[in-house]
Amino acid sequence: MAVDPIEQFQIHNLFPVFKIGHTDIAFTNSAAFMLAAVVGVTAFLVIGTARRGLVPSRLQSAAEIAYEFVATTVRSTAGSEGMKFFPFVFTLFMFILTVNMIGLIPYTFTVTSHIIVTAALAITVFLTVLLYGLYRHGLHFFNLFVPKGVPIYILPLIVFIEVLSFISRPISHSVRLFANMLAGHITLQVFASFIILMGGAMGALGWAGGALPFAMIVILIALETLVAFLQAYVFAILTCIYLNDAIHPGH
Amino acid sequence: MADGTRGTGDRKELPDDEAALSARLQRLGQRLDKASRPSENDFGPRSAADASAFARGFRLSTELVAGVVVGALIGWLIDRWLGISPWGLIVFLLLGFAAGVLNVMRAAGVVRERSLDE
Repeated sequence: MAVDPIEQFQIHNLFPVFKIGHTDIAFTNSAAFMLAAVVGVTAFLVIGTARRGLVPSRLQSAAEIAYEFVATTVRSTAGSEGMKFFPFVFTLFMFILTVNMIGLIPYTFTVTSHIIVTAALAITVFLTVLLYGLYRHGLHFFNLFVPKGVPIYILPLIVFIEVLSFISRPISHSVRLFANMLAGHITLQVFASFIILMGGAMGALGWAGGALPFAMIVILIALETLVAFLQAYVFAILTCIYLNDAIHPGH
Repeated sequence: MADGTRGTGDRKELPDDEAALSARLQRLGQRLDKASRPSENDFGPRSAADASAFARGFRLSTELVAGVVVGALIGWLIDRWLGISPWGLIVFLLLGFAAGVLNVMRAAGVVRERSLDE
């Protein structure tokens, strides 16, 4: 009995919502888990901040830690002015973190293991940076691509490279999150299938030997928990670094 | 907090001088203010080099690939569009590679993050 490690990423339509032309727009399992994450984060913050005690309850201090963590990240990478974008960064961070963590629970679906989701998030960040930069600095924003102190004969080449580097941002931004989640979940599934394969092939000896891949899964789950958190953090901190470009005209 | 102010003025005039006391309070207030407010220097924009090592490692892993992919994609599109195959691909792959290397050097903190007016 072979186990397909890709099967866990399949999208199922739960119920159709409406139609555009001949395309069904359906509520999928992916959408359901996104909704669960949004409801979860909202409930966490609303209940956590409901009482606002001077001596915080456990939930309240968890909410405060989440706030402080993201606020420090934003301030340290994008400056105090970057706090204007705090709601944006906080939303991204909490959403990605929750979705990643939910994905670690067996039998759940990992929303961020689909590149279309991470690409949508990355493009949102990219367009925010671009539009806010243009709104704030006008065409002066494009000076970003013209480094100072470069000899004139090499400048066109440098500008090309800088523009390409700028365009590559949403790609590296989205692929990093997507690839890490995808690879991690495939690895888990493959190790889990070893147990079943060994048990099926060698009987009792195989099940006993299955303890080895099982131990590996325990270790991998710990690693994946770390990766799930770190990827959310990396996504947030890179958003801040990119926003810093749009905010700060000079230091 | 031994900054000399206490010894010189306050102690001598303290018993009857309201003004000295209020001045002292004001100074204390200012000092507290300064200590409790995160200053611009502490939280100014910094390069990605300050991000935790893990974050930097994860960043490095995709930056180079992203640059090359963008270069290849643009080159291929230009080839198709203008019918100058394979020149667009060749030129933009090289430029994309350069952009990828630049990305990696930025992510590693070897080169400063870009900024306007600098």
